Amino acid sequence: MANATVLAPSQPVIVRALKAISRWRRPVLIIPVFILTLVVVAGITADWISPYDPEVGDPNHRLQPGFWAYEPVPPVIVTKEVVAVISPSDIEKQKTQITEFNARQIDPNAVIGDKLDVVVREGIDTLYILGTDHLGRDLFTRIIYGARVSLVMAGLTLAVGGTMGTVLGLTAGWHGGWVDEVVMRMVDIILALPLILVALVLVVALGPSFQLIIVIMAIAIWPLFTRVTRGEVLRVKTADYVALARVAGAGTIRIMIVHILPGIANSVIVVATLLVGVVILLEAALSFLGAGVPPPTPAWGSMLSEGRDRIAIAWWISTLPGLAIFMTVLSLNLFGDWLRDALDPRLRQLE
Amino acid sequence: MQRFLVRRFFLMIITLLAVSMIIFVMARVGGDPRSLLLDDHATQEQWELLGEELGLDKPLYHQYAIFMGGVLRGDFGESISQRRPVLEVVAEKIPATLQLGGAAFLLALIVGIPLGVMSAVMRGSILDQVGRAVALIGQAAPSFWLGIMFIFFFAVYLGWVPPSGRQDWNSFVLPTITLAWGGFLAGSLRLMRSAMLDTLDTEYIKLARAKGLPGRAIIWKHAFRNALIPPLTLAGVSMPAILTGSITTELVFAWPGMGQLAVQALWSSDYPLIQGLTIMFTLGYVFIALLVDILYAYIDPRIRYL
Repeated sequence: MANATVLAPSQPVIVRALKAISRWRRPVLIIPVFILTLVVVAGITADWISPYDPEVGDPNHRLQPGFWAYEPVPPVIVTKEVVAVISPSDIEKQKTQITEFNARQIDPNAVIGDKLDVVVREGIDTLYILGTDHLGRDLFTRIIYGARVSLVMAGLTLAVGGTMGTVLGLTAGWHGGWVDEVVMRMVDIILALPLILVALVLVVALGPSFQLIIVIMAIAIWPLFTRVTRGEVLRVKTADYVALARVAGAGTIRIMIVHILPGIANSVIVVATLLVGVVILLEAALSFLGAGVPPPTPAWGSMLSEGRDRIAIAWWISTLPGLAIFMTVLSLNLFGDWLRDALDPRLRQLE
Repeated sequence: MQRFLVRRFFLMIITLLAVSMIIFVMARVGGDPRSLLLDDHATQEQWELLGEELGLDKPLYHQYAIFMGGVLRGDFGESISQRRPVLEVVAEKIPATLQLGGAAFLLALIVGIPLGVMSAVMRGSILDQVGRAVALIGQAAPSFWLGIMFIFFFAVYLGWVPPSGRQDWNSFVLPTITLAWGGFLAGSLRLMRSAMLDTLDTEYIKLARAKGLPGRAIIWKHAFRNALIPPLTLAGVSMPAILTGSITTELVFAWPGMGQLAVQALWSSDYPLIQGLTIMFTLGYVFIALLVDILYAYIDPRIRYL
C-alpha cells in the first residue's frame, strides 16, 4: 500500500531558519546574526526588559560590581541602642546605634536609651547583573538603552546620507559633464577633510545635539554612496533596456526610479551594511570625546569615557560598553562581508 | 604626470579653502562671532577692538578676506583658555603628535606588511588565522577602548609600563600599539594579503615557478614588489585616520599632543584654538597626502596618465 503522506515540516520555524543560515557559505555567520538580532531586540524592547532607569541612579549603590562578585550575605540580628542623633559619616557608631526617628519606624514605642533588635544586611543586597557606574546607574540597563541610541543614530545617518549620496550619484552618473565634475570634486573634498576635527568645530560653535551629530555623520558618509552609485549608473545607463525605456517614452525620473535604481540597489544595500559599523564607531568616538549625544543619555561612547578614570577601581564601566561596540561592529562587518560576496562581489575592490 | 599632480595640488588648495570656509561660516552662523572668540570676562574695549580687527562692519566677503589674511600670516587669534596666541599653543604640541603618529605608522608597516605577505603565502595556516583576527579586531574595536583595556591590563594589573604621559621610551609602547592597531595596521594587513594573493596568481609568477626559481625569490623579488602598490596607496589614504585616531588615543593616554589640545579646546569651548588646530591639522595631512601621491606616481608609472 502506497503511503501518500504529505511532507510536513517536522521542526519548529526557528530551527529551520538557523539551519538555513548554517547552510550559507560561512557557517560561522550564525554567531554574528545572533548577536545582531540580540542588539536589535534589546534596542527595541529596552523599556520592557531593563529593570532600572537608564539616567537616574541609586546613590547607595555606586560602583557596585556585577554578578561575578555577587555574594548575598544572610541577614543577621543586631541589638542597637536608640540615641538622639548619629552623624551620617560616623560608620562605626551606626553599627551599634540607631536614631530615635528610625527606631520609631520599627517599634513605635521606642524611646532614647532603649535596646532594639534590628535586622541588618551586610554586603551587597541588590543584584545589578553588570554592576553600576559612578552614579549608581545599572550598567546593563544603560548598555541596552545605548544599543537603542546607537541603532537610531546609525539608522537616521544612513537614511539621510544614503539618500543624499544615492541621489547625487544617480544625477552625476546619468547627467555626466559639469554636473558629474562638480559632484565628484565635492566627494573628493569631503573625503579629504579631517572629519573629527570639523565635527569638533561645529560642536563648539553650535553646541552638542542629537541632530548635529546626525548631520555631521551623514555628511561624512554620503560620498561613499555617491561613488558607488555613480559607477553603477555609468555601467547600467548604456544597457539596452534603458535605451528601450527611453524609446518607449519614459521620462528621466521614471527611468532612474523604475529602470536604474533596481539595478544598482544591491550595491547600495551592501555599502549601507558595511557602513553601519563605521557610523557606530564614529558616533562612539564623538561621544567618547564629549562631542556626541549630550549626557545623561546613555551612549556607548560616553559610558566608556565615564569609566576611563575609574578603570582601576571599577573596570566594568568602560570594559562592557566597549565590548558591546566591538561585538556589534564585528558582527556587522562579518555580515556585511558575507552580504557583499553574496550580492555583489565586484564591490570587493572598494576596500 | 604633470596633469595628475596639478590636479592633486588644486584639490589640496580647495580642501583648505573648504575648511577655512566652514570655520568662518560656523563662527558667524550663531550671530556675533565675538561671542565665540572672546570669553565671558572680556571688557567692552576688547570687544570693540576685536570687532574692528574682524571688520564686522564690512560685508561678509571682506570679513572672509580679513580672516584668510590672518590665517596666511599664521594669525589664528588668541586662545581663550590659555590666553596666548593659538599658533604658539599649537606649535609646542606638534612634536609629540608627530612622534606618536610616526611610531604608529612604522609599527603598522613593520607588522602589517610582513604579516600580510606571510598570510597570503601560507593561506589557511595558523598564521593566516592570526592575521585575520588582528585585522578583524583592528577594524571593529574602537581604538580608545583598546587603549583603555591595555592600560588596565599592562599598566594597572601587570604594572609593566606607565599608564599615561610621555616620559621614557616605555611610555610610547601602549599609545603606539593602540594607534597603529586601531588605524592603519588592519587595513595594510588585509590589503597586502589580498594584493599578494592576486599577484601570486598571475602568469609571470607561474612562469617563475615553472623556471624552478626558489620560493623565497619568487615571493620577495617577483610578487612582493608588485603587490606593494595598494598598501602604499592606503598609507596615503590612512593619514587622516591616523591623525584623527591620535585625538582619542592622546586623550586616553594623556599624551601632550595636538589631539589632546583639540579635546581641551572642545571642553573649554575655545573656538580660536579649535579653528587654528583644524586648519593646521588639515594643512598637515593634505600635504602628506600630496607627498604620497607623488611617491605613488613615481612607483607606479601607470598612474601618471590618469
